[in-house]
Amino acid sequence: MDDEDDEELQRALADDIISASEDEGGSDDERKHCKLLEAISSLGGKKRKKLTERSEASIQVSEFTVNAEGEGDKIHLSDLIGTLDKTPSALIKTKKQLKNLQHNQSTLETPLTRKETEKIQREVAFEKTSKEVSRWQSVVLQNQKAEQLVFPLNQEPSGPKRIEQVVAGWKAQTPLEQEIFSLLRMNKQPLHDPVLTPTEEASLRAMSLEEAKIRRAELQKTRVLQSYYEAKAKRGKRIKSKKYHRIQKKVMRKEYLKQFDEMVKTDPAAALEELKKMELSRMKERMSLKHQNSGKWAKSKAIMAKYDDGARKAMQKQLEVNKDLTQKLVIPADEDEEDEEESAETLPDFVNDVEPILDQVNPWMRGKLSTEPMMEESNRLHPPVWPREVGKPGEGRDDQEEDEEQMEETEEESLLRGFEERRKLRQTEDVKVAPMTMEENDGKVIDIVCHNVASGLCRLAGPGLGQGESPALLEEGLVRVRTLEDVELLSQDISASDTALLTTRDLGTEETDTQSATQQADKKRKKMIDPNEVLTKEAKVIEMPLAPTAVEDVEDKEEQRVIIKEAFAGDDVISDFLKDKRKQEEAGRPKVIDLTLPGWGEWGGLGLQPSRSKRKRFRVKVAPPPPRQDQKLPNIIIAEKRDSSIAAHQVCQLPFPFENPIQFERTIRSPVGRTWNTQNTVQKITAPKVVTQLGAIIEPIAREDLIKDIRQAVTGPSINLESDQGPQKKRRSQQKKKLELLMV
Amino acid sequence: QHPVGEVTRKHMAVRNILPCYIFGGRIKVLSRNPDDYVRETKLDIQRVPRNYDPSLHPFEVPREYTRALNATKLERVFAKPFLASLDGHRDGVNCMAKHPKSLSTMLSGSCDGEVVWNLTKRECVRTLQAHEGFVRGMVVRFCGTSFFTVGDDKTIKQWKMETPSYGEEEEPLNTILGKSVFTSIDHHQKEGVFVTCGQQVDIWDEQRSSPIRSFSWGVDSFSCVRFNPVETELLASCASDRSIVLYDMREATPLKKVIMNMRSNTLCWNPMEAYNFTCSNEDYNLYTYDMRYLDKPFTVHMDHVSAVLDVDYSPTGKEFVSASFDKTIRIFPKDSGHSREVYHTKRMQHVISIKWSSDNKYILSASDEMNIRLWKANAAEKLGLLAPREKAAVNYSQKLKEKFQHHPQIRRISRHRHLPKSIYGQSKELRVMKEARRRKERNVRKHSKPGSMPVVTEKEKHVVTVVN
Repeated sequence: MDDEDDEELQRALADDIISASEDEGGSDDERKHCKLLEAISSLGGKKRKKLTERSEASIQVSEFTVNAEGEGDKIHLSDLIGTLDKTPSALIKTKKQLKNLQHNQSTLETPLTRKETEKIQREVAFEKTSKEVSRWQSVVLQNQKAEQLVFPLNQEPSGPKRIEQVVAGWKAQTPLEQEIFSLLRMNKQPLHDPVLTPTEEASLRAMSLEEAKIRRAELQKTRVLQSYYEAKAKRGKRIKSKKYHRIQKKVMRKEYLKQFDEMVKTDPAAALEELKKMELSRMKERMSLKHQNSGKWAKSKAIMAKYDDGARKAMQKQLEVNKDLTQKLVIPADEDEEDEEESAETLPDFVNDVEPILDQVNPWMRGKLSTEPMMEESNRLHPPVWPREVGKPGEGRDDQEEDEEQMEETEEESLLRGFEERRKLRQTEDVKVAPMTMEENDGKVIDIVCHNVASGLCRLAGPGLGQGESPALLEEGLVRVRTLEDVELLSQDISASDTALLTTRDLGTEETDTQSATQQADKKRKKMIDPNEVLTKEAKVIEMPLAPTAVEDVEDKEEQRVIIKEAFAGDDVISDFLKDKRKQEEAGRPKVIDLTLPGWGEWGGLGLQPSRSKRKRFRVKVAPPPPRQDQKLPNIIIAEKRDSSIAAHQVCQLPFPFENPIQFERTIRSPVGRTWNTQNTVQKITAPKVVTQLGAIIEPIAREDLIKDIRQAVTGPSINLESDQGPQKKRRSQQKKKLELLMV
Repeated sequence: QHPVGEVTRKHMAVRNILPCYIFGGRIKVLSRNPDDYVRETKLDIQRVPRNYDPSLHPFEVPREYTRALNATKLERVFAKPFLASLDGHRDGVNCMAKHPKSLSTMLSGSCDGEVVWNLTKRECVRTLQAHEGFVRGMVVRFCGTSFFTVGDDKTIKQWKMETPSYGEEEEPLNTILGKSVFTSIDHHQKEGVFVTCGQQVDIWDEQRSSPIRSFSWGVDSFSCVRFNPVETELLASCASDRSIVLYDMREATPLKKVIMNMRSNTLCWNPMEAYNFTCSNEDYNLYTYDMRYLDKPFTVHMDHVSAVLDVDYSPTGKEFVSASFDKTIRIFPKDSGHSREVYHTKRMQHVISIKWSSDNKYILSASDEMNIRLWKANAAEKLGLLAPREKAAVNYSQKLKEKFQHHPQIRRISRHRHLPKSIYGQSKELRVMKEARRRKERNVRKHSKPGSMPVVTEKEKHVVTVVN
């Protein structure tokens, strides 16, 4: 019954709407409307609340059947609650809420105006889109920086394509083809798109091209290193010198001990095993008579020992070995540590000591030593050779001829130092002052040294020798001797290459030094020749803990000055420079122009000079030029002449992207053409920035590119076009000088 | 090595060139391996062994400089950008459209009808009367099968690209009647959506006869609307209240607008940089904006001496070309303040529309005097296929020019352009005016309280305000 009613109602309503839309004002409609309302009311019965009839437009029309009747009437809360009578359950709650509402005095805020809401909407939308657009930033920047852009952007790679790509959708038709395919299928070979078998693909995926390249480079490097080491080892093996091997062995042992110490800390179990091994060797040694000077060799030596120093030493060494081997094991480790500490302490001494003296004494020297890594290396190579000569004083007591580090104990050192000082004071070679066991050899050495002192070059030799006893000082001495003194001292035991190097120094003059030195060192030296620098300026003095007395220092300096003077006796740089400057000034000075013509207005002929009055009249004096820029700078010549014919081709202002003229000059200096570069290099250098394909439509960059690009950025950077410019750089440096003229 | 008397064939070959030394009856011949200098086939290039020792090739900089100078001179000699004039319109050409799929096809709309051109043959392929009165705008659908036109008769018409077969009527596929005049039209890059502007900016679905969205923001007329080719949902329009308005098709409201000192005529998005666009302004300048920072353009492009009417980006996004009322076309690098090239001919009048062909090689300009002109984008470029060696030579000379570009002689030569007297005079006048203004400002600043006259940069000068 109810359903039917509803349907009727709806139909009626629909009618009403339609009619209303057709024409609104008709009286016929009104009548119909009333009828409809009546029908509705009759249908609804008690369910539907009777609609209040509205004859005139009211101010507020509510959709909830509540309306104030006429003007000025207000709706009371009670009206609202009235409808709730029939639903008692929610009543109390609602009442409460309403009460609260009534108490609440504050009003709701009016909603924003349309204009303002739109503004907010716009702002939000803009933020969103600008964020979205900003994703392109990286792509745009990358394209800007790119060495070369090839358009259209995402071209398919040229070159041969896989056959599967070309003939898509092709089917095996002939029996032969079918047979082949069945075979392939049986063997699980890929048929369609993937040309590679799954295993191959997996291996490809495992390592990208870049990774593979890096790995290959690494492997190459290790291989090269390995070969180096092998070669080195081979060379070492081939050396016949027993001494060398002895030293080597000693070093190895020391290292081994060091390692052992470390092992004790890190891996006690392994260390224990090592210890056991050592113990075993000790036991063996104790059991045997190997190093106890009881063998045949030892006996023969014992006979010789009375007369031959070497034999005695050899025997002593044997005993020493025995002692070492039979010693309890804990002790040597301790000794070693001490040694290490000592060396650590002494090292800074050396650093402080030698360098400053060098600085003060000889700027040329300093330049070379500080700049040439080669020299340093050779220094490092030297110790095995050098200490034998100078370190011999200590030999008598222990047999360690070359290993300085093992040599020092503090007492000894102090002793030696005392000798040294005495020696220095006397400025003579007092052989007898050296420790009691000093031998003739040493005497010879010092003799030679002093001989050189006499030659005037090696003021340095004194302290060098004196410090020879302590290892750190030894190295110092070594450096000095090498550069300033004759190398006869050293040449005895130096390997062929070294001797070659050193014999050049033998001559003792700076000139030969410069010849042998590298270009760079050359440059430095040239700079150094600035007379002011060399002769008047005080060099920096570094603190020296073991500084010799002040008097000595002064003497040193004077001596050095003498040396320099001697070395440069021929060339007077300062006066040359001054002359040069004067000449330049002369050239810049305006000359009086003589316009007199002989024979005009008077007699002319052989032997006849124009009259003085005439000459005076036609002589034109030119206004003096502005003062020279280098007028007040005594050490500089500033060339003021500018070649106007070249000036037209010269850049007078530094162009924009460059920050300094050097940068710019460098770019200009490197040639681009085929005459100077190989084909590949030229291709790389001259590659145009933008490449377009003839007749290809260039589409705007697409979103897919962005995604691809981001992926690429994650995996790794793109490959740069100009990756290797090695040869070019070389050439640049070579040709630097040639082009300076043009590029000013 | 060879015993006397035994002369191999190789040596026979080289004996003519190589000196033979005879010492006491023995013949010593310099022997070389012919593999080093004999080419394998006749078609190969002669092998030239080279010695790259720098001492053998001295004076590299002077030599390259001379080469660069020569290359620059030759470039100027060969700079003949004008290719062809397409005449046939009987009224001024008002708009043009590129075909997205075919390089040789181009559309032009005149003040009385419209024409489809074939560029390779330089002839008109098809003529149709599209609208009564001006054809205001035209655009080819992204697929290239049809195109849309808008005209002064308040209609939007869609046409087939194919020429109707014999006997078939020339009829539009679709016609939409609008309420007001449409001034510009652009099509979405991928979807069947297009946008028109007139009194408001309307976005249309191709299938519907009413716009799916319209934007208006206190402006009564728009002169140009363009879709962003990269972020395809974005739009920008130039309005008559001197503003440029940004829209997002997906949003209910416009995004932002910037009001400038003078009206912008058209704008063009950079096809390679999603957020950059350039607008051509009435104040003789072009402005490149980053749409995220509208408060000032990031480059002001000056050089024109009259209102700039149209602008189009090269498909590589590196340069753009502008058409001006001053009867010239100028090409600007996208981040340079001044043009690198100016094109003009005696007979070319106010250039109304300009397009850069989508292979980056040509420029098309449509002007008042009923002609469409075809130009080369690079004036001195050789057209057509180049042999590899030719290409290498071009690259080399290009590199040289670039390397020595700062040298005064080369710069002077490469920068020299001829200008008609009137334009030259105008530009000079403008320069004087600008200088005077600058001087005055400087003087005022000098004589006012420090800080009371803030320095306004050229970029900031032209923007009035940004409205959210």
